Amino acid sequence: MLRRFHHTQPDSFEFSEENLKWAREQIAKYPEGRQVSAIIPLLWRAQEQEGWLTKPATEYVADMLGMARIRAYEVATFYFMFQLQPVGSIAHIQVCGTTTCMICGAEDLISVCKERIATKPHQLSPCERFSWEEVECLGACANAPMIQIGKDYYEDLSRESFETLLDDLFANRKPIPGSRKGRFSSEPQTGVKCLAEYENGKAKFSPAVSLAQIEGDQ
Amino acid sequence: MSDLRKIIIDGIETEALGDMTLIQVCEQMGIEIPRFCYHERLSIAGNCRMCLVEIVGGPPKPAASCAMQVKDLRPGPEGAPPEIRTRSDMARQAREGVMEFLLINHPLDCPICDQGGECDLQDQAVAYGMDFSRYREAKRAVDDLDLGPLVETHMTRCISCTRCVRFTTEVAGINQMGQSGRGEDAEIISYLNQTLHSNMQGNIIDLCPVGALTSKPYAFTARSWELEKVESIDVMDALGSNIRVDSKGRRVMRILPRNHDGVNEEWISDKTRFVWDGLINQRLDRPFIRRDGKLVACSWDHALDEAVSLLKSEQVTSIAGDLASVEAVYALSQLTDSLQGKKECRVNNVDLPIGNRSGYVGISRIEDIDSAGRILMIGTNPGIEAPVLNARIRASWLAGGHVELVGEAVDLTYEYKHHGTDLLSLHKLAKNMEDVDLTDTLIILGQGALHESLDNSALGIAMNLADRGAGLLILHTAAGRVGAMDLGFTTEGGLDQALDGAGVVYNLGVDEIDIPSGPKVIYQGSHGDRGAHRADVILPAAAYTEEAGIFVNTEGRPQLASKATFPVGEAKENWAIIRALSGKLGMPLEYNSQIQLRLKLAEEFPHLMEIDMVRENELQPIETTQAGNTEFKNVINDFYLTNPIARASAVMAELSYLTRTRDGELNEAA
Amino acid sequence: MLADRDRIFTNLYGMGDCTLAGARKRGHWDGTAELIKKGQDWIITQVKESGLRGRGGAGFPTGLKWSFMPKNSDGRPHYLVVNADESEPGTCKDREIMRHDPHTLIEGCLIAGFAMNSNVGYIYIRGEYIREKELLQAAIDEAYDAGLLGRNACNSGWDFDLYLHHGAGAYICGEETALLESLEGKKGMPRMKPPFPAGSGLYGCPTTVNNVESIAVVPTILRRGATWFASFGRENNTGTKIFAISGHVNSPCVVEEIMSISLRELIDKHCDGVRGGWDNLKAVIPGGASVPLIPKSLCDDAILDFDWLRDHQSGLGTAAVIVMDQSTDIIKAIWRLSKFYKHESCGQCTPCREGAGWMMRVMDRFVSGKADIEEIDTLLQITKQVEGHTICALGDAAAWPVQGLIRHFRNEIEDRILKEKIPA
Repeated sequence: MLRRFHHTQPDSFEFSEENLKWAREQIAKYPEGRQVSAIIPLLWRAQEQEGWLTKPATEYVADMLGMARIRAYEVATFYFMFQLQPVGSIAHIQVCGTTTCMICGAEDLISVCKERIATKPHQLSPCERFSWEEVECLGACANAPMIQIGKDYYEDLSRESFETLLDDLFANRKPIPGSRKGRFSSEPQTGVKCLAEYENGKAKFSPAVSLAQIEGDQ
Repeated sequence: MSDLRKIIIDGIETEALGDMTLIQVCEQMGIEIPRFCYHERLSIAGNCRMCLVEIVGGPPKPAASCAMQVKDLRPGPEGAPPEIRTRSDMARQAREGVMEFLLINHPLDCPICDQGGECDLQDQAVAYGMDFSRYREAKRAVDDLDLGPLVETHMTRCISCTRCVRFTTEVAGINQMGQSGRGEDAEIISYLNQTLHSNMQGNIIDLCPVGALTSKPYAFTARSWELEKVESIDVMDALGSNIRVDSKGRRVMRILPRNHDGVNEEWISDKTRFVWDGLINQRLDRPFIRRDGKLVACSWDHALDEAVSLLKSEQVTSIAGDLASVEAVYALSQLTDSLQGKKECRVNNVDLPIGNRSGYVGISRIEDIDSAGRILMIGTNPGIEAPVLNARIRASWLAGGHVELVGEAVDLTYEYKHHGTDLLSLHKLAKNMEDVDLTDTLIILGQGALHESLDNSALGIAMNLADRGAGLLILHTAAGRVGAMDLGFTTEGGLDQALDGAGVVYNLGVDEIDIPSGPKVIYQGSHGDRGAHRADVILPAAAYTEEAGIFVNTEGRPQLASKATFPVGEAKENWAIIRALSGKLGMPLEYNSQIQLRLKLAEEFPHLMEIDMVRENELQPIETTQAGNTEFKNVINDFYLTNPIARASAVMAELSYLTRTRDGELNEAA
Repeated sequence: MLADRDRIFTNLYGMGDCTLAGARKRGHWDGTAELIKKGQDWIITQVKESGLRGRGGAGFPTGLKWSFMPKNSDGRPHYLVVNADESEPGTCKDREIMRHDPHTLIEGCLIAGFAMNSNVGYIYIRGEYIREKELLQAAIDEAYDAGLLGRNACNSGWDFDLYLHHGAGAYICGEETALLESLEGKKGMPRMKPPFPAGSGLYGCPTTVNNVESIAVVPTILRRGATWFASFGRENNTGTKIFAISGHVNSPCVVEEIMSISLRELIDKHCDGVRGGWDNLKAVIPGGASVPLIPKSLCDDAILDFDWLRDHQSGLGTAAVIVMDQSTDIIKAIWRLSKFYKHESCGQCTPCREGAGWMMRVMDRFVSGKADIEEIDTLLQITKQVEGHTICALGDAAAWPVQGLIRHFRNEIEDRILKEKIPA
């Protein structure tokens, strides 16, 4: 896929005060003179702030790290998590389409996206609140098929459960991440075959799902 | 400590340094290894995979010979030298495979490609390609870029070798080009499709192994095999870059660099490369004389007669311009002597010490830049006075050298420590350097530090430092200057003294100054520029591509420029005009051919005939004077318009305009 | 089945307490300082004797890799870099360590860092694992607060800082030198080797890059002894291993088992069998996307370890077992991997940049049958032209699944092509 800056760009970008402070902490992780190392985390934070990665944001980060803008552009276009065009304001749905998910039904999920969001990936829905794309393996294969929205994985999906999930999103309800088949994490659907001693004491949600509950963000 | 190791390549045992790459060893042995991305003056990318060779006893896959060093190889059984095969089935099959991959998305447009006939891909395809394509899918198309008026792009032809990215980043020092995206959709781009901001960008045309980057001014004008190729020397600056002038009939079609490790490596500036359209514009193609205030065309006889009568009746002063060859200046010098006239080549009020070669050339060589740990520049902007030399300083800086500057703060593409802009700053710096070991310091003194008003103070300080071990290189801006200085084409007191009392000025191509009103002027030169406008007699002469000539570069290296085409119209070779005039004056010079002239020259100035040799100059420090504080002002303002040929070039005019617009000077006008 | 008492990752599913306190209760961070005080040589020897082979795919002996690091510093710092860019399709094991048992990794980092003279470690986690990143960072913060990291970490006398760094969606960054490039703030384009990272890695300094699981098992190996670890599995294929079984099994899951477990036992005991029964099995990709598949006939006796699978023209890779039953369009399943590799090729070197796309396009037509029989051999040749000719192993990884398909399912490709040619 050709990746370039979007044709329409905002005029400027600045980190929020909180993000600026965070960015400085990130830069401090790397040795003196190696601040360029922080580019991916900083571009990512810029994308989180704006929803997508804009040209002013990329240049702002490049300037902040004292690197040539072309090098920042190379990074922005190389890594596919950087959304170089606006995405849905409520959710950008990333459907894993690689082999395991595909043989477990990811194509059904993609056709639901085409029907309910937009015919093409990276295209905004008419209400501009949703967009979708097919992504490569997200590393949750034992819970296939699955999607990512924001920070969270929604796993063990089927056409039906995905439709329900979308219904929630369309109705401005935040769905609970994790398995749609009632699994805690990646243990067998039929119950744990080992480490059973922990099963009784387990929390309501797995740690990752709990985080989503606490933060209430996506 | 030398680290020589034995290695067997294609059955032949040889010795090579441990840090040599296999491709270098093969080259040394005369074994040709195909390559696209590898270039010995750029960092190693290893991405084209064309140079794969088999390492016997190594992993069951070939290795990239451009990246593998001799010391990386493991010895064979029982300590036998490691063995490489460059022509084995494994190597050949690997290259054939790579070649097929390179061709599947490469367009079949060789008949309309300017690279045709001198294309690495085309050549290698003959050696490693198939005569049919197994690729049944659609070929990739890639958007072209707008890199400016010099480099045309056909990016569909690009094979992503990244030579252009590496050159612009590493050598030219601009961070504009890159490779965006990834996989088969990766694109070589300039950031936001900007035009390139470098006066060395033309080199990427040579570097591009395919027809993705071609010359815009040369586009579709000739095929490489139609061109007459002549090896010559550039005169756009005082570096003496080695060039090849390609011509078709009477027209110069393009100019390319030649390799010279000691001078220009294998780069040239854009002025050197693209000035050739200036060779056909504004030419003085016939003699003129001034009648009733107007210049009117006339015959050679008429013009020479007019010149003779002026020279006979008045006190003569001869001045020599920036592009004058040694032969022309030598002939004019002898003619002037026989007329008891005065002569001067330091026409821009620069105070080069007469007769002291260590003072007007220095004691170091250009290649000393490579090994200098510290480079101190005074009153110069090498970025526009000699871009290729500047790239060399940049390379030295990249290798860890420190650069310092006293003079106007300018963008040199690398970091330097700025010590101020005037003589006082230099004094202070020199004082601070009193206890410093200077043996790996190289001083580069520009013309901006040699202005008459400085009374040689800066030079004195520099020579003092040189006396304590530093190297010294005087950076000139005029290709003819050192040669003329070597010939003693000077007058004590400089230009003002030389012109004092002159009734007639014989102007050999001086176009950078206004000759004061009063004396009559005989102008000998190639272009209708400032000098010609002030002339009473114009003797049309050959330009540098139209006659042979010796030029002594800024480090004192005499080099031979050759004749690539005939002079335009009725223009004659410079030395011959002066010889003809001497005959008409009844005091004929003692040679009837350029060969005879050079034999004479060799008797009188033997070092000028030591072609490509750099004589060691014994340091003769001069007294430091107590001049008042003076700012160092660089001598060149507009890189693209420094001489009459460049000023006659539409390409240079456009580049000049673009540069000034970019730098904001023309913003108000726009 | 591996007994619970022999499991290293006792909180693999996150059902227990993930905090430091919980980890301590499960036996982690127990006597770490004493282990460190036994010295670098002892640690490296133990790791070597345990037979631990890298868990990231290539299976290079971990102890040997550590021993490549210079014994004494020449002034340059040494770096430990943990490859947590888990992106190999089918693989989801390191995720469980990082989000549920993070202290195994953190403790391992301290020990490994000490063993290779490194005072700084970076964990490079794939960008998509955002919750995993948050959970791991929380655990690192906890460790700092408890004095387990930082100056005189864990009272061991060794200073060790551990930083979490993340990517942004590029499979290639799982290749160790591409990972280092990415960590330096550049595109993830692999470097040529030599020089190897142990000589010149991160920022040009001696560096060792290890997979998450390889590092996380080390503290337990040291505590329980190399012989304990080596007692599992076949010779040269020792230890316990986290397997991720996905696809057409009744209960896909992630589970720690002994190395050299038979494929059938793994699937039957942990995954409730193949969907529709063992005989409904068509093929298995035993080690993540880049290893060639094995057909049912081989699956019957398959042993999941490095050597058995290598001997049967496949590989253990990351032990990500993708199971495909008879309903699977096997050509399409492998085509999807070709699409993956085309998408993930970094574009640096010619054979992969051009070959990955070419392979995918031919596979496209194999899926639909719109091809000629001769093209099967052409495709096989193309894979051979890519394999072994690229800077990094992605070229090989793109070639092998296609080779596996042609090796075992050539008939199916031919049938589809012929069916397309003959009008119904």
